[in-house]
Amino acid sequence: MNKRGIRLLLGVVLTLLLFAVTACGTKSGGDGGGGASASPLAPSTAATVKPSDSPAPSAAAEGGPALEAIKKRGKLVAGVKFDTKLFGLKDPVSGKVEGFDVDIAKALAKQIFGDESKLELKEVTSKTRMPMLTNGEIDIIIATMTITEERKKEVEFSDVYFKAGQSLLVKKGSPIQSIADVKKGTKVLGVKGSTSVVNIKQKAPESTVLEFENYQDAFTALKAGQGDALTTDNAILYGMTKQDPNYVVVGGTFTDEPYGIAIKKGETAFVGYVNGFLKSLNASGEYAKLYEKWIGEKPPQ
Amino acid sequence: MDLPLGFQDAYAPANLRFLAEGLLVTLGVSVLAIAFSFVLGCLVGIVRYARVPVAARLLGIGVELIRNLPLLLLIFFTRFALPEIGIRMSVFWCAVTALTVFEAAMISEIVRGGLRSVDKGQIEAARASGLTYTQCLRHIILPQALRRMVPPTVSQFISLIKDTSLAVIISLPELMHHAKILTGVRYDFVIPVLLAVAVMYFAVNYLLSLVAKKLETREPERA
Amino acid sequence: MLDLSIVTGHWDLFLQGLMHTVLASVLALVGSFLLGTLVAVLRLAPILACRWVGTAFVEFFRNIPLLLVVYLFYLGVTSLGVPLDGFQAGTLGLTIYTAAYIAEAVRAGIQSIPRGQTEAARASGLTYGQAMRLVVLPQALTVVIPPLCNQFLNLIKNSSVLGVVAGLDLMYFGDKVESITLATFDTYIFVGLLYLLLTLPLSYASRALERRLGQSR
Repeated sequence: MNKRGIRLLLGVVLTLLLFAVTACGTKSGGDGGGGASASPLAPSTAATVKPSDSPAPSAAAEGGPALEAIKKRGKLVAGVKFDTKLFGLKDPVSGKVEGFDVDIAKALAKQIFGDESKLELKEVTSKTRMPMLTNGEIDIIIATMTITEERKKEVEFSDVYFKAGQSLLVKKGSPIQSIADVKKGTKVLGVKGSTSVVNIKQKAPESTVLEFENYQDAFTALKAGQGDALTTDNAILYGMTKQDPNYVVVGGTFTDEPYGIAIKKGETAFVGYVNGFLKSLNASGEYAKLYEKWIGEKPPQ
Repeated sequence: MDLPLGFQDAYAPANLRFLAEGLLVTLGVSVLAIAFSFVLGCLVGIVRYARVPVAARLLGIGVELIRNLPLLLLIFFTRFALPEIGIRMSVFWCAVTALTVFEAAMISEIVRGGLRSVDKGQIEAARASGLTYTQCLRHIILPQALRRMVPPTVSQFISLIKDTSLAVIISLPELMHHAKILTGVRYDFVIPVLLAVAVMYFAVNYLLSLVAKKLETREPERA
Repeated sequence: MLDLSIVTGHWDLFLQGLMHTVLASVLALVGSFLLGTLVAVLRLAPILACRWVGTAFVEFFRNIPLLLVVYLFYLGVTSLGVPLDGFQAGTLGLTIYTAAYIAEAVRAGIQSIPRGQTEAARASGLTYGQAMRLVVLPQALTVVIPPLCNQFLNLIKNSSVLGVVAGLDLMYFGDKVESITLATFDTYIFVGLLYLLLTLPLSYASRALERRLGQSR
């Protein structure tokens, strides 16, 4: 009798576990947008789908399996910053995310679907964007992301779409006026997973670097007096000075940070498509318009 | 006397609505995680109490490991490490999963403790009078154990609601995340916004603890 | 298999993190024990206002998230002009938060001492404070030790919130190592093992202690 009771329990538990596992499996498949499992199959599907995909068969072939999957889904899923003024900032009142990166994403959605609203924006931080891309949660990263050799091992990059350089943000009247003033004991705030925290350690090895989850946290920490300076790309810092004019960017740039659009490793056809998109955006004058809208000056040529 | 400017502007209707949206996500995650962790915790607790061979031992090790790790690490792990071995979930489900696993481990211990607190003599008497093990569990042990489990289980649920705030590190748009966005808008919003958020968490949790107290006092009447 | 070079290559960071985690937990344990005892005595004091303050403290801090308490110090208190870094703000937050729980344990301890003892002490001329300090609290402590051990365990786990405010603890440095190595899975497994290194022995010790104290009664 005792044994039967135990077997019953065991059966119930195992069934539930199995149920949980299968439920998880289907769920992750749906959320991932067919990340890993889709890619080995994709080339053959692309070939078979080609004739029936009448609206833009050549474009689909150009963009490879990645673009194919995006079209099939009916929307582009782009990872952008939600906390970075000028590039991607969520407005608490309207709930909208706005910025240069966001507008680039809209233009790309328009290029693919002819409709800029066929776009889903997901919040990324410097730390989360690469895993989110490789996991297939997002199709592309347009999030103030510097092209580096290290990152090229993990993801593909488009051509440069924005040229930034690392600089320093301080409170008005701070004794720190350039990177030369960052000495032993100077507390510099940065963001986890960004190139800036690596660079500052090379340029000013004596300084103390404190890392935060995102730019919002780092800037609030600077305002709370948790550090003497905040370091990241100048364009992002200028956005912060617009949010709070008590802070200024000092000392010019001390690195080059060329931003690229990141795409999942191996999707070279889609990279080609995005590069073509960037070229046409530039040729039509749309790029200069967006640049001026957000950065407040004409793009350098 | 007027409130300082930071307070007035911080409590603008649009900002309060933004915080309320965050609270809704917090409650959504909490309700799901409470439901899942209660079911899972009860199952694990019963399996361990009944000493089901192998399963009880394995679950025991699992519970011990999870209980002794910080929840923050489990959330990070679910979000960033599990995808490396092919388990992918959205931010929302990551938060629900990590919270469920952590709290279920805690609840399973409460359940096991409650079951064990029932006098052994009663079980023996019930078995001697011809009840099967499962019948005995259902009719004699569980009803008594459940009553003893109510207070610690409710305080575990309150912990769970508080713990959802840790999901801020994976950018789940819950109450804490929205609070941080608002404090980023203007520096003098920091104190008013943090206070408003404290009041919101307090209201939800205190209400829950009051309901629990009601349950506790009513329980003996029915018995 | 796990890549051991993550630990060997960044051992200095992990060690620094471990030290800060232990330090924050020990400081917060001592602080919250003192504060918690004070609050418990307040809650049982014969003056209504004292009881009210004690109850408000316990109810407030037990019903809001630890992370919020830490932010109240890290952002709130600093915005009033008091400089607190991530480690200090985090440790203070842990102290206040844990004190609310310890206060309840101490209160249960005090209430387990028969009232007659307090009355006898008062009758023999001691003040309420003296009766508490000399007669009731020393006895209550033996009842309080097991839950105190449990709170220390919680403190080690909870101290991981320091990682969110750049508090230099194990979580913070673990995260840092992860962003250097980009080996997410392996790094977090190692961070977990390091936490277990601290918590598992403590967990067994506290259970053994509980059993022994339970037998002696």
